[in-house]
Amino acid sequence: MLTYAINRAIQFALSLLVASVVVFALMSLLPGNAAQVALGTNATPEAVAALEAQYGLDRPPVIRYFDWVGGMLGGDFGTSYVTGAEITPVIIDSVQVTAILVIAAIVLSILIAVPLGTFAALGQRNWIGVTISAASQVGIAIPNFLAAIILVIVFSLRLGWFPSQGWMAPVEGFGGFVLRLVLPVVSLALVQAAILTRYVRSAVLDVMREDFIRTARAKGLTKTRALFVHGLRNAAIPVITVAGVQLATLLVGAVIIEQIFVLPGIGSELVRAVANRDLVAVQGIVMVLVLLVLIINLIVDILVPVVDPRIRNAA
Amino acid sequence: MSQTPTGATDPRDDVAVDAATARARGPATSSRQSLRLNASMIIGTCFVTLIVGLALVSFIWTPYAPSEIDPVARLQSASLAHPFGTDKFGRDTLTWVMFGARITLLVGVVAVGIALLIGTPIGIIAALFAKQSWGIWIDAVIMRANDILLAFPALLLAIIFAAVFSPGTGPAMIAVGIAAIPGFARVARSGTLQVLGSEYVRAARASNRRVSAIAVVHVLPNIAGMVIVQASVAFAISVLAEAGLSFLGLGTQAPVPSWGRMLQESQQFLSTHPELALWPGMFIALAVLGFNLLGDGLRDRFDPKMEARRG
Amino acid sequence: MAENLLEVRDLTITPSGADAAVLHDVSLNLEPGERVGLIGESGSGKSLTAQSVMGLLPEELHAEGRVHLQGHHGNLLEANEKTLASLRSDIVSMVFQEPMSALNPLMRIGDQIAEVLRIHGKIPRAQIPARVKELLEDVRMPDPDSARFAYPHQMSGGQRQRVMLAIALANSPKLLICDEPTTALDVTVQRHMLDLIAERVSAVEAGLLFITHDLAVVAGVCDRVIVMYRGRIVETGTVTEIFTDPQHEYTRGLLASSDLEATDGNGRLFTLKTALAYTGPQTSAGEDTPDPVGTETVEADDPAGGNIAVDDVGEAASARDSAPLIEVADVTRVFKGRGLFGRRRSDVTALDGIDFSVAAGERLGIVGESGSGKSTLLGILSGLDRPTTGHVRVGDIRVEAASSRSLRALRENLQIVFQDPFASLDPRMRVADIVAEPLIAAGVEKDERIARVEEMLEAVDLDARSLRRYPHQFSGGQRQRISIARALVTRPQILVADEPVSALDVSVRAQVLNLLTDLVEDYALTLLFVSHDLGVVQHLCSQIIVMKDGRIVESGATEDIYANPRQEYTRRLIAATPSLTDALGASG
Repeated sequence: MLTYAINRAIQFALSLLVASVVVFALMSLLPGNAAQVALGTNATPEAVAALEAQYGLDRPPVIRYFDWVGGMLGGDFGTSYVTGAEITPVIIDSVQVTAILVIAAIVLSILIAVPLGTFAALGQRNWIGVTISAASQVGIAIPNFLAAIILVIVFSLRLGWFPSQGWMAPVEGFGGFVLRLVLPVVSLALVQAAILTRYVRSAVLDVMREDFIRTARAKGLTKTRALFVHGLRNAAIPVITVAGVQLATLLVGAVIIEQIFVLPGIGSELVRAVANRDLVAVQGIVMVLVLLVLIINLIVDILVPVVDPRIRNAA
Repeated sequence: MSQTPTGATDPRDDVAVDAATARARGPATSSRQSLRLNASMIIGTCFVTLIVGLALVSFIWTPYAPSEIDPVARLQSASLAHPFGTDKFGRDTLTWVMFGARITLLVGVVAVGIALLIGTPIGIIAALFAKQSWGIWIDAVIMRANDILLAFPALLLAIIFAAVFSPGTGPAMIAVGIAAIPGFARVARSGTLQVLGSEYVRAARASNRRVSAIAVVHVLPNIAGMVIVQASVAFAISVLAEAGLSFLGLGTQAPVPSWGRMLQESQQFLSTHPELALWPGMFIALAVLGFNLLGDGLRDRFDPKMEARRG
Repeated sequence: MAENLLEVRDLTITPSGADAAVLHDVSLNLEPGERVGLIGESGSGKSLTAQSVMGLLPEELHAEGRVHLQGHHGNLLEANEKTLASLRSDIVSMVFQEPMSALNPLMRIGDQIAEVLRIHGKIPRAQIPARVKELLEDVRMPDPDSARFAYPHQMSGGQRQRVMLAIALANSPKLLICDEPTTALDVTVQRHMLDLIAERVSAVEAGLLFITHDLAVVAGVCDRVIVMYRGRIVETGTVTEIFTDPQHEYTRGLLASSDLEATDGNGRLFTLKTALAYTGPQTSAGEDTPDPVGTETVEADDPAGGNIAVDDVGEAASARDSAPLIEVADVTRVFKGRGLFGRRRSDVTALDGIDFSVAAGERLGIVGESGSGKSTLLGILSGLDRPTTGHVRVGDIRVEAASSRSLRALRENLQIVFQDPFASLDPRMRVADIVAEPLIAAGVEKDERIARVEEMLEAVDLDARSLRRYPHQFSGGQRQRISIARALVTRPQILVADEPVSALDVSVRAQVLNLLTDLVEDYALTLLFVSHDLGVVQHLCSQIIVMKDGRIVESGATEDIYANPRQEYTRRLIAATPSLTDALGASG
């Protein structure tokens, strides 16, 4: 188990390293250089050269790469060529908003999906199961930004229950914080819940076909009890893996939701940086997102053997 | 041997009373279930045909030109002249929806094409190496690279591309395509490993078939089903990604009509004209639903045989 | 007569949405403590009958009729899940076929046994751990103390099946249903398991409904036998009645084709078609002396036995009197534990000092249980794998040092028939293409290819219409014929058969074995026949190698080994192999 965890940690570090090279290469070696991009096409060569000198862009790429990575390891993501501002504080502030949003959404979607998926599997042949399956199929097809727009139309513009946009930090007022969070979280969670419901349903269906469920029933458990006692833990293994992947998608999907609800999350910062052609900021934010995705994968990989003794023993 | 109820109702089974046959027909293939699964394929095909039809017709005929502005008929609701209404410039929404279908399909076709043509061979090659004791590390490296690529979801990669190049349909579809490669590689690899591990490949090797011949004769036909299913799922994802990108203004640029941008532009009129969001939203959902259902239907058509092979 | 323990009346099962029933008017009784065997091949409905009694029938099946169980008033088919659940394990228990998947992989063995005690609450909670240990001791689990804390994947198939038996009998039910409990186990393990089931069932004084396809197995365990065929009961009787005087045509056929020691006038096994000439298990000398050793000696000497064909070939082989066709000298094969990013594993020695030779025209049986290294050996012989050390010569090709060109020549000369008739044929290829594949690899012209494929299909008794069909349209036996056709289409000298009949029903098995015998004679093949089933090998082969844990335990002429096994393991293997004669001797 320990060697397995160490192995995974090394893999994680390697992946992160390669990802950083890829991101850096994309940002610095592809057409045009950062200074030119930042100043716009009609900047004079002198101005470009001056900016390059100011930020050390005239140094060789390898040196700049190590400079960048070294900075990040020390918690410094550099300075924007466009605004001249430090990037690190921006990232720290915005990542918190996104984290709250995404974690709330995944928790909500699991709370919705696990019971719904289980019911859908148990009622595979009756109208409840069929309805849940059909609804989840439709739910998957609705992009989260469309869900957001529909929710805003109904619950904000028509019913006036929730504000249609904005952010309030918990310290400024917890009620306001929650109230503003409801619609974004729900619009993220609904679609995720639909996807997860389908996975839970098929995992539960698979498990119910397993011989050990039949054994459990032969022991004197009813079908439903057999599923709860023996089935759900087994069904959890594939669902954990999928939930991990979904969480990663959610993180990126939040970009659009933050735009719609004008939340100061990392997605909003990313879109702003792209629009301003602020490559240093883009580079930093992308690395943070990739880091988070890799951390999620790492957690999933370590979680699965905790549940499954077969993998634990092999490891 | 365990009995399978469905076996005996199958007319072919009059002769096939053997153990292997009985095992091969799992309860999952009861007639009732396959009927319902076909339904999902039929509905999926209908939706996909509708979208493709809209796109094709738009080349010959649309009610108006996409850029045709009618200042008098701004923000109209549905009418005979404008079945889906008009936008803030008085442009016909139906026309825009039809043109939007083009971009949606274009992005889907190019992205899925890239992913399929690159990802599938990568997966097959990785699996071929994985079966050689000396090539196992090549497989490991390929699959690790794949995992790293997985850390860049389609939308993120597209945003990076938009930042590095300029925002547009081209970078968007390439980015979405690259992001979809790992999916194809994984499916192709696991399918190939399964086929290579099968007894019929052992039989083929024992009768002197070369690896290249085995790949073409046995591997490709047997993983084709899975790859097609993956393609239809990837198509749905690329529709979503394109819409999302255009919604952010990082995908298809004005004045080319796209569903994502229509949605984004509708945002300022949500309180007064929600139907502006309704139409593009509905078509995005229809397209995604169509491709997902098609994929589900295909999976259920291909899977029983995969099941049988394992049996 | 006391009240019946189990009464099934007119049980008819129909899949929902289908018109035809899969089980027709099945009626049977079990008296308290009685042991009944339910015999049938796949598709006969024997498992469905058992599942109806347990209330475990899949939902898509609709059952009609009446099922009564002592201790419950009313029809079990109409009882709700809760009632049924309270009866299961309390009154009726079940052991299933597949031990590998029947236990929850995430739960410790002890907890899984404790659970069944807790559900029915017959003993106080505080005593449960002690009782769990006792139950594990009862099923002879080695080291029951630590076994409690093991997970299922850490146990062998036989051990898991013991756990299943412990669970099934934990609450001392009145009826135990065993559904092919030993089919997935090795022969020697099977013998122990059968004895254990018999012993434990008497210990708790339960009735037994034993479901199997294997007549020889049932004879040793049961008093009475019910024979099922295509969803109907065709015959019922005591073991002796059924074995010596079968009334129904099918029972006779099944009996005839199960008996690997009896052959018809041509030295072939009996099949359903030729069963009329079958006179019952040969117990002439051993009928009144139920001493297994005695009967075996008789078989070996039996002039009407299955050794006629073998003798012919034996002469043919000695007539040639040349260098052996296949020579294997001191072969070892070690699989290295690998590790790059992945996990490190210790090395596995699959073969260790293997030495034998095969003369042209000889029929060599390679016998061993799972993990004995049979498959690895085949892989090396066919050039799919190379030995770690040692020499292998097939014809004039040195396999361990062969160039890829001579390996190709080797493979043309040595063809394999695989075990699983489903997995060994590409589901997406037509039969014509499957059989033609070795010819394509050998570069044979298209016209000749077609001619030879047609000729070969005829040789394996498949009609020409089969050519354009796909494998899933054939039964297991037919698929195995296709497999044989593919193997012989290049006219190899050597045919390797890797457990070719172990996945087939008994009645089909006899047909395929006869076909193999015919073809081996017609094409003058050298046969390497790998099997876990001594009976099959004894019928077919002139020479035998017995393998265990990657080593050859014993080798020699078939008669010698059967008559006088020198090694303890061989003796155990022979004793464990179920045989109709022994079974009848034991029960009579």
